[in-house]
Amino acid sequence: MSLAGLAGIAALALVLAVPASAQEAEPAAEAEHHEGATAHYPIHKPEPQSWTFAGFFGKFDTAQLQRGFQVYREVCASCHGLKLVAFRHLGQEGGPHFGEEEVRALAAEYQVTDGPDDAGDMFERPARPSDYLPSPFANDQAAAAANGGAAPPDLSLMGKARGVSRGVLWALLDFFTQYQEGGPDYIHALLTGYDQQPAAGVTVPEGTHYNPYFIAGPALAMPKPLSDGQVTYADGAPGTVDQYSRDVSAFLMWAAEPHLTERKRIGFQVFLFLCIFAGLLYVTKKKVWSGVSH
Amino acid sequence: MAGTSTYQPKSGFAKWFEARLPIVGLVHSSFVVYPTPRNLNYWWTFGAILSVMLGVQIITGVVLAMHYTPHATLAMGSVEHIMRDVNYGWLLRYLHANGASMFFVAVYVHILRGMYYGSYKEPREVLWILGVIIFLLMMATAFMGYVLPWGQMSFWGATVITNLFSAIPLVGESITTWLWGGFAIDNPTLNRFFSLHYLLPFMIAGVVILHIWALHVSGQNNPTGIDIKSKDDTVPFTPHATIKDSFGIICFFIFFAWFVFFLPNYLGHPDNYIPADPLKTPAHIVPEWYFLPFYAILRAIPSKLGGVIAMFSSIAILIFIPWLDTSRVRSATYRPLYRQFFWIFVATGIGLGYLGSQPPEGIYVIAGRILTFYYFAHFLLVMPLIGILERPKSVPSSITEAVLAKTRSGHGAAESKA
Repeated sequence: MSLAGLAGIAALALVLAVPASAQEAEPAAEAEHHEGATAHYPIHKPEPQSWTFAGFFGKFDTAQLQRGFQVYREVCASCHGLKLVAFRHLGQEGGPHFGEEEVRALAAEYQVTDGPDDAGDMFERPARPSDYLPSPFANDQAAAAANGGAAPPDLSLMGKARGVSRGVLWALLDFFTQYQEGGPDYIHALLTGYDQQPAAGVTVPEGTHYNPYFIAGPALAMPKPLSDGQVTYADGAPGTVDQYSRDVSAFLMWAAEPHLTERKRIGFQVFLFLCIFAGLLYVTKKKVWSGVSH
Repeated sequence: MAGTSTYQPKSGFAKWFEARLPIVGLVHSSFVVYPTPRNLNYWWTFGAILSVMLGVQIITGVVLAMHYTPHATLAMGSVEHIMRDVNYGWLLRYLHANGASMFFVAVYVHILRGMYYGSYKEPREVLWILGVIIFLLMMATAFMGYVLPWGQMSFWGATVITNLFSAIPLVGESITTWLWGGFAIDNPTLNRFFSLHYLLPFMIAGVVILHIWALHVSGQNNPTGIDIKSKDDTVPFTPHATIKDSFGIICFFIFFAWFVFFLPNYLGHPDNYIPADPLKTPAHIVPEWYFLPFYAILRAIPSKLGGVIAMFSSIAILIFIPWLDTSRVRSATYRPLYRQFFWIFVATGIGLGYLGSQPPEGIYVIAGRILTFYYFAHFLLVMPLIGILERPKSVPSSITEAVLAKTRSGHGAAESKA
């Protein structure tokens, strides 16, 4: 073993191991968290869930996306917008894949503002598939005013806009396992993470709700949004908070990354092509260099 | 670029054209008959990989610019329009965003290869300095590109970096205002960053041409660090280097595709999918992974101006390596002591990168200062001293001799000379 090898391992061990153990100690220190230091939230990291769209051959489950949309529509949509999603997107193959007529009928249930018309006036009309889903509030200020000062964020990109760091060693492993589901794991954990007793010493500010999975503090302004039996599924899937959370998390992942199924399908083809191409190039290279020792 | 061309135009038109613009001859002498050392290993394919990545970035970038809107209120929407509604827009954007990371992976390998085999040493000093300039331009380009989606990390990353200039005594505040195009980061900043992000890659391409020109004047270094002495030491660029580089490029593309298609957001930060909000500072502002070692150096120094100076020095110091290294021997293959310190330096860089991603508190600060000290010590103390103190192994008299010795001791394969 060379000097460099030993020193290198020692240096890596120093920078990796010391902070890693410091991180593990964090939850215990959470209660005595004091001002000035950087906050280390969430209190609990999300449990990785099993998703159909994970991994090399992952793809969205159409039925799950349709259920997830139902949860969004009947529950989330009263406060949260989904402004980057148009009704036509809901008919997308590899997405929720609603039929063309279904999308048209669905859009017609919403009123959108259009105009100006010939007289110069704005007017309301039923939405068309090309329209985007209307947001529940006119603007962030109105949203904040109606929700105790905290505007409910738009959910269009939520599937990719949240992720809890799992530390260096997990990150290295994630490269090989292709873990990219931190967003839906987080949403699922948050939605199922209410109804817990705060640990001693954790203060829950007035008007907020304790949730140890919340990424930015011990409690959040959103009250527990889902309860068992709240949404009635047509396909007989269980009406539990866990199922609702799972479905709406998958739906929000689709909303954030609508071409995921296509991406992984093409990715597989590209990967196969490149491997075969590399193999051919390698054989050719061997032949070209066969007369030259190097 | 490599002396007189041996190109013989055959057709009448080719002769007519060559007499007026000898560009075919130039390409022929630079990339066909150009003598390349026969013993180059796969670390040498990263130059070709980098050229290809520059091409990938420019092509995807030009198409993305056709759909992107550089305006504070529209930028993120236009990026999402690309992701959702432009045909294969998601592919273009993920190629471009991950392509930047791949570019840095390749450039770090390329730089470290140069440091290991002493490629910066006489007569390749200008070649090396041109490389450092390319690296600087790349950093500026990547930084401004990351600002364009106008997400939270775009905005706050830009805030942190542009604020660095305010540390300059007397004129700092004025320079910062000038960079911003106002009194805070806002639409004018985004507009000029877009303009410069489109300009700089073409400047990189220009310096790359100079870099290759300088390379073809001094000739390629090789794993032994010995100069080319006879025709036996070399093989023609085509087909030997061409096919080997192609294989290297496709292998690199497999790595690239792994990210683009299966881990497209692995190297990004989730916060950059949150629209920029000047009133809400993210809990941790972190730059892209390729800036983390330099970010760690910035934060290791307790004074703002000191940190800025240290960070810029950590890159500028690369320019002086050709003169800081006092060894007569180029390649670390024959430098037992330097080779070990080289790997310690690599570990230091990785360590700084890790620390750059962590909050600046407690043990991280102390570790950051130790590693920052060592980073500079490597150049200012280790390199000059080792060159004097080290006793290098005996260097073979020629590339061919080194190759034949290796083949004989290695696997005793039958030898047929080129």
